[in-house]
Amino acid sequence: MNKNITGPNFQRLGQLFVLILLALFILIPFLLGFWTSLLPTADISKGSLWSSHISLDNYYTAITQTPIIRYLFNSLVISFFTMAAQLLFCSMSAYAFVFLEFKGRNTLFYVFLATMMLPFEAEVIPNFVTVRNMGLLNHYAVMIIPFLTSAFGTFMLRQSFLQIPGELKEASEIEGLSHWRFYASVVMPYSRISLFTLAAYSFLASWNQYLWPMLTTFSDDFRPVQDGLRQLQSQESFNNWGMIQASAAIVVIPTLIVLFIGQHYFKSGLNEGAVK
Amino acid sequence: MGIELASLSKSYDGQNWTLKNINVQIKSGEFFTIVGPSGCGKSTLLRMIAGLISISDGTLKIDDQDVTNLPPQERSLSMVFQNYALFPFLDVKSNVAFGLKARKMPAAQLEQRVAHALELVGLSELKARKPRELSGGQRQRVALARAIASDTKICLMDEPLSNLDAQLRSKMRSEIRELQQNLGITLIYVTHDQVEAMTMADRIMVLHAHEVQQIGTPSEIYQHPANSFVAQFFGTPRMNLLSVHYSTKNQRHLQVDPLLDYVLPMDIEEGDYFVGVRPNALEIHATAQASNAAIKNIEYLGTQSIIHALLDNQEEVRITTAQNNTFSLGERIQIRATAAYFVFDNTGRAIFFNKGDGEDGRTNYKQTVTNAL
Amino acid sequence: MDAPITNKQSQTHYKPKGNKKPLTVGLSYKKELRERLYALVFLGPSLLILTIFVFFPMLRTLYLSFFLTNSVGKPTVFIGLQNYFSLLTSTAYLHSLQATFIYVIAVSCLTLVLGLLLAQTASQKIRGISFFRTVFSGTMGVSVSVAAIFWLFMFNPSVGLLDQLANLFHLPVINWLTQPGWAMTAVVISTVWMNLGFTFLIFFGALQSVPTTFYEAAQIEGVSKRYQFFHITLPMISPTLFFVSIITLIESFKSFGLIDLMTAGGPDNATNLLVYRIYQDAFLSGNYGLASTESVILALMIAFFTFIQFKVLEKRVNY
Repeated sequence: MNKNITGPNFQRLGQLFVLILLALFILIPFLLGFWTSLLPTADISKGSLWSSHISLDNYYTAITQTPIIRYLFNSLVISFFTMAAQLLFCSMSAYAFVFLEFKGRNTLFYVFLATMMLPFEAEVIPNFVTVRNMGLLNHYAVMIIPFLTSAFGTFMLRQSFLQIPGELKEASEIEGLSHWRFYASVVMPYSRISLFTLAAYSFLASWNQYLWPMLTTFSDDFRPVQDGLRQLQSQESFNNWGMIQASAAIVVIPTLIVLFIGQHYFKSGLNEGAVK
Repeated sequence: MGIELASLSKSYDGQNWTLKNINVQIKSGEFFTIVGPSGCGKSTLLRMIAGLISISDGTLKIDDQDVTNLPPQERSLSMVFQNYALFPFLDVKSNVAFGLKARKMPAAQLEQRVAHALELVGLSELKARKPRELSGGQRQRVALARAIASDTKICLMDEPLSNLDAQLRSKMRSEIRELQQNLGITLIYVTHDQVEAMTMADRIMVLHAHEVQQIGTPSEIYQHPANSFVAQFFGTPRMNLLSVHYSTKNQRHLQVDPLLDYVLPMDIEEGDYFVGVRPNALEIHATAQASNAAIKNIEYLGTQSIIHALLDNQEEVRITTAQNNTFSLGERIQIRATAAYFVFDNTGRAIFFNKGDGEDGRTNYKQTVTNAL
Repeated sequence: MDAPITNKQSQTHYKPKGNKKPLTVGLSYKKELRERLYALVFLGPSLLILTIFVFFPMLRTLYLSFFLTNSVGKPTVFIGLQNYFSLLTSTAYLHSLQATFIYVIAVSCLTLVLGLLLAQTASQKIRGISFFRTVFSGTMGVSVSVAAIFWLFMFNPSVGLLDQLANLFHLPVINWLTQPGWAMTAVVISTVWMNLGFTFLIFFGALQSVPTTFYEAAQIEGVSKRYQFFHITLPMISPTLFFVSIITLIESFKSFGLIDLMTAGGPDNATNLLVYRIYQDAFLSGNYGLASTESVILALMIAFFTFIQFKVLEKRVNY
């Protein structure tokens, strides 16, 4: 009865149509990937995607015959340590730029900013030589050490630390808190939403690394999952589509779950922040 | 342009009423205020009148035309928002002209309207400024100018002054009132501030718990509150509500305690009642002997003091007195009745008032309010 | 005795709230020394890492770009700007540059427009909209190799869905990944798809932060939805719009994974983008000097866009 206010019905239908079309564009590659991961490769190669031979065989093959689980584990280790290190070192340098008074602070900050303009991809050649000389090739360390800190993370946390009310710093000075105590017990808890964002960002960035691990790892013991999938794909070279899709699914399902839980947590975290 | 709300109701889920059965006739040129505590549905009601929120039940008429299902732009009204809704990327003039420009009004007419509106609110000088370069009061005026420029005969305002400081608020109160008078528009003004409602409105609608508590002029509402909620909502400090039990053997004496005693001019039924007494309608005496209360706190305000006292029957009362510096904390005092008081039944409905000037009687209001307390 | 001087200096970098007293007290020498020591400890680790893995390699890359190198990347003969000249006159490199520009522009435009469309449609208040919101943000959880596998299958000429559909409707079958023009299209589609989750989330957040009263006021004034979108929504989210466009631009300049997995730069170098070429020249052909030159050019372009971003953001943040 109130259609004049909410808009005519055909407009609503139009909106729904656009929604569904967009959702299909996003979803079809997912759905097709999951669906084919359940089919025997023989059926897929024949082009009969509507096969009814559904099973988890491909998953079984992927897990038992390929190092996919090992790849996942490697990525998890690398991403976790990269994330933890970035949280620590980025927050420390951001703290220095906000709460410490020293000569050349602004200059140094601009130097940090400038590094954000330099793409890692343009520096792989000398970096490759460096890690080779350090004897780090083909080891977890080679994928963690260059990314222990990031200028972006420092910049982001600095912005967040700037929002901390000056009264908190004054109060802690009156109470005689050291910089370490202030950093650990006030600044970090206060900026937990930014820290969480950085954590998610650095974890994903590390998880999605492709070029660097491709250059620096040669064995399945250390190869992260992105390059692992590349390895599988080139070895099987389009022959075993079912298994390739199953491996992709094994990789993507945990990230999707983490993403949706993370989104939920992130939203409630934001609300919590808003109340305070 | 008159506005008629006939059993207007709103429910979002079809079960719980956000607003229930609102009836009122707003006269053309009237300054009509909707007041109530936060969450009472006053902003919802305003948005229903504006057409921003759909009406679940009932009819809304503007100028005798049924507009219940019309979209906002066809209701020919303007609205001023609490956060002013000024676009940060446009200057003052473009903000005022926004709606006119969007509807492709001819340039000359638009210029003239905007200039006139800015002049009325005294902002002609600042028309090239961005909102962030303005003070709170000036932003408020831009929002007013935007409403004026639309040249509608009805204007809705949603807590337009609540983001301003106290001094500016009282200045803007009179400015808005004057503007409304000069332009001759019908103004529906939503606020949670009883002082704003009292000082500006021709008539006030008090909303609480999804329902209308009372509609009346400021003086009617203050002098003849329909129930204890309205009585306590208006007036600072708040009216005292003291519970008493009345039985016929008391012979028209409503006794809060032996010293605080109200004599009724007629009989009422036996039962539990509330005596409502404004803080300025109690007498306070320093006494050594017959005391019935002790002073808990004194707020010194200059011309008067507010005394918080605890009656011996453990009820708290607020009393204003012009006798400054006479009393001290913890002192025993005697609190006595004056002739001005209200009587509410145990649901909070007003059944009797005595203004202390000889005019008294049983209250007789059309509205029956169920959940006043 | 030391006067109990509080460190007022630290206030300077807070946003001033109300009337803060101006700085009058300087730091005592002892205190200054201590602050400096703290700065060293707090900044040290980051500085060390950035020096080794960012500053040094940048200078080293620049240095190498002026040399011929041997097979392990050691500079041998100084040749000045010779590498730059030969690159800028090489049709293959110019072709790469052109392909990169086409790719970057197509990806950025499509990502922005579709991302905004997703966010705008998902902002409607329709029952079940949260399902669509979840779906739209979904590709954020998809890493580059998974996206490549999904789309390789979609584009596969014999078993892929797209050509099966083409068969069904008797349309010509396209060899997506083996025809130059189509390969570029395929890579662009896959990249856009992968970008959408993140872009959607950022735009959605920006749209949510526009006060609803802006739209209510416009609605009362009879402003059409279209006008509202172009004159309220777009200007209000313009900082976000700019931020996302630059991020997308920079990220697509750096694209490597999808190219490597889907086309390996082919067919016929049609998708041989800049980073992929650097990889080929350095690690497949061992031509480190030339690859360094290409890196410097890439870095300059990206630095240019990042610089613009900072400049404009500075201006736009407060409108």
